[in-house]
Amino acid sequence: MTLLAVERIKLFTTRSPWWCAALTLILTIGFSALIVGSTSDAAFITVSSAEFGYSFGLAVIMVLAALAVTTEYRFGTIRTTFQAIPHRGAALGAKTTVVALLALVLGLLAGFGSWAMAYLIKPGGDLALNSTDDWINVAGISVVYAFTAVIAVAVGILLRHSAGAISLLLIYNLAVESLIQLIPNIGPKIHEWMPFNVAHKFLTGTGGSNGGHGGENGPPLSTSPLSPAWSLAYFAAFALMMLGIAIYVAKKRDA
Amino acid sequence: MIEAVGLTKRYGKTLAVNNLSFSVEAGQVTGFLGPNGAGKSTTMRMILGLDNPTSGQVTIGGKKYHELKQPLRTVGALLDAKWVHPNRSARAHLAWMAKSNKLPARRVDEVLEIVGLTGVAGKRAGGFSLGMSQRLGIAAALLGDPEVLLFDEPVNGLDPEGILWIRKFMHRLAEEGRTVFVSSHLLSEMALTATNLIVIGRGELISQSSTSDFVARAAENTVKVRSPQLGLLRDALVGASATVVEEGPALVVSGMDSDKIGELAAANRIVLHELSPHVGSLEQAFMQITGDSVEYHTEIDGAAAQPLAPTGR
Repeated sequence: MTLLAVERIKLFTTRSPWWCAALTLILTIGFSALIVGSTSDAAFITVSSAEFGYSFGLAVIMVLAALAVTTEYRFGTIRTTFQAIPHRGAALGAKTTVVALLALVLGLLAGFGSWAMAYLIKPGGDLALNSTDDWINVAGISVVYAFTAVIAVAVGILLRHSAGAISLLLIYNLAVESLIQLIPNIGPKIHEWMPFNVAHKFLTGTGGSNGGHGGENGPPLSTSPLSPAWSLAYFAAFALMMLGIAIYVAKKRDA
Repeated sequence: MIEAVGLTKRYGKTLAVNNLSFSVEAGQVTGFLGPNGAGKSTTMRMILGLDNPTSGQVTIGGKKYHELKQPLRTVGALLDAKWVHPNRSARAHLAWMAKSNKLPARRVDEVLEIVGLTGVAGKRAGGFSLGMSQRLGIAAALLGDPEVLLFDEPVNGLDPEGILWIRKFMHRLAEEGRTVFVSSHLLSEMALTATNLIVIGRGELISQSSTSDFVARAAENTVKVRSPQLGLLRDALVGASATVVEEGPALVVSGMDSDKIGELAAANRIVLHELSPHVGSLEQAFMQITGDSVEYHTEIDGAAAQPLAPTGR
């Protein structure tokens, strides 16, 4: 608990987490307003389309989480940290936990905020949360953000440079996963197993949250063959594996 | 208190610290002296468990750093005053450190008071001058009221006022009975603050002794004598196997102290107008001892080392 309190003090006594948090909510909720506001047919206003902007917030979560650790390397406070807490695994684990919890809260606010925004603008839309698919699509964003934060912290620990870690994460998330599909034959196969594609499967499933349109007239669905539950397990396992590698490396390396 | 045994650190092909063994005694100020690049900072980082030694080990009170429970209560360190997040306030920086070792929150205000930063406690540390950052670093080192304190080049880049403050501060810490291990590349600074000296060059131990021993051994002591009977005096001194160099109207004698010279003059009924002992400059002494072990030689170093030839002036 002490270590969590330490990392909480560290995280909230700098400005960037506050900016990133605000930006996450503005982007996701704003995107919901944009989509819903520009759709005239109420039948196409669904939970899935209201939540579509989550991927923009996810990019900001990556920045927030990566910065939380790379700034420590940049300003040397990681050394002060390891001096105060020589058990690096515990120190970095606590940092990851705190950042992931913040991402979780932001995910909840983004998910329900986006939904509420859509409901405010078009109360007549197909926005009732009356199935598990609907609930996962709204509330599940919190879990996806939390594990995304874990991945980003891990990359931050491994690369130790803000610009490097953020570019790698954003390029991967925005380009690499979708471009890999262009490789003939095996490309789409690989794509099915790429972590953010799988996370998208967890959120959107087979399109149950898209008001009966499935993958039509709404956000594209994931190509992952896993069930939503297994998708979440896979994504979580990937994130924890990354963190494990990062902590192992940080323990071996000179601070 | 701090015990290094065969400490070695290799970065790729560079051997930063080579088989270094030394001990820092409790309750004293020990200087850690060496030219830039001698491996002082690397050694300090290994003491704090930040860098892993390639071989050998270093212990504090018999324990390795990572075996210490709440290490800030045992060892306080200031390695780099700029290791602070620039957007975090001085108080917040100390607050998380205090929390990490379960130190009471009021301790933060106490150490801020000790180093005189109470007035700027809420200001961003990024806006601090080097002197203020240094004070914040010292506040952080004192946070756990530790028995052992490590400072790496604490006076580097400070103005005279800051240097004086640090110097006084270290005396105070030693008077309180703490063990202080402070590195510097300036022997003159160390001579003022440290009672013991560990001298390294190119990562290897050159000497470990008390400061006065080191200075006496290193500095060449000479005596300047003036006399109206200079020729006679010179013959008498050379006859007594002292080394004599003529310098204008005076002689510079080495290898014989002023008492002996006076007695010799009296015995030979030679009038003396001046008899003054000179202690060699510490910088020269230091260069003489570490001269071979400076990492980066330049032309100007060679020129500066010239007048230090063993015969003196």
